[in-house]
Amino acid sequence: MTGDPSKMSCAEFQAQLPELIGSGADAAAHSHIQSCELCRALLSDLETIAEAARQLLPVVEPPDELWEHIESAIKNEDGQADDGPKALK
Amino acid sequence: MVGNIAEAEDLTQEAFLQLHRKISTFRGESAFSTWLHRMAINVVLMQLRKKGLSLISLDEAMEPAPEQGPGRSFGAPDPALSGTIDRLALERAVADLPAGYRLIFILHDVEGYEHNEIASMLECSIGNSKSQLHKARLRLRDALRAQSRKEAQP
Repeated sequence: MTGDPSKMSCAEFQAQLPELIGSGADAAAHSHIQSCELCRALLSDLETIAEAARQLLPVVEPPDELWEHIESAIKNEDGQADDGPKALK
Repeated sequence: MVGNIAEAEDLTQEAFLQLHRKISTFRGESAFSTWLHRMAINVVLMQLRKKGLSLISLDEAMEPAPEQGPGRSFGAPDPALSGTIDRLALERAVADLPAGYRLIFILHDVEGYEHNEIASMLECSIGNSKSQLHKARLRLRDALRAQSRKEAQP
């Protein structure tokens, strides 16, 4: 690997990218990005995806009967507990 | 997270059962919502493990082989995504992610957990969490670009 970040290959830069992005550093300011259109496009896409993901909060509402199932499962479990410890097999 | 509504309902029920069993162990060391969410995540993790899904492919995550990984982009003059992404297209692409990638992507990018929180929830290293998230985003990028290429065809 070269010591000069601007002379880094795309492979070298992209190998560092998870850490660079994950650490909250300004990856766009990296000198490789300044000189490489391909990696600039990659970074921009990844940022767009992360941005779009924030709109994806779950919207599926559980059906009404799910709570009834849960309630009866809990009661069922309580009932078993009231019966005392199960016989050992 | 599991990509299947019926399974999600079963896991919701299991999470409530766990809550019922373990509520007495709640010590108030974290917010109740955090505690409950962590327990629910654990229920999902157990299910994914039970199904034999490699949750976090730790070895793969650590392999410095970007040319074999998803989303290699050197020398590939594919068009970049446009500035906006269709929500439905993204949802579809997320649903198609392998379970481990999907989990980390949802926890971090959708629900807003930090890498250190994810690492502690999933019992992996922070580096792994970052690496898996990156791979998940690369896969999504590939999927979204493939989709837009398909749509662009007459």
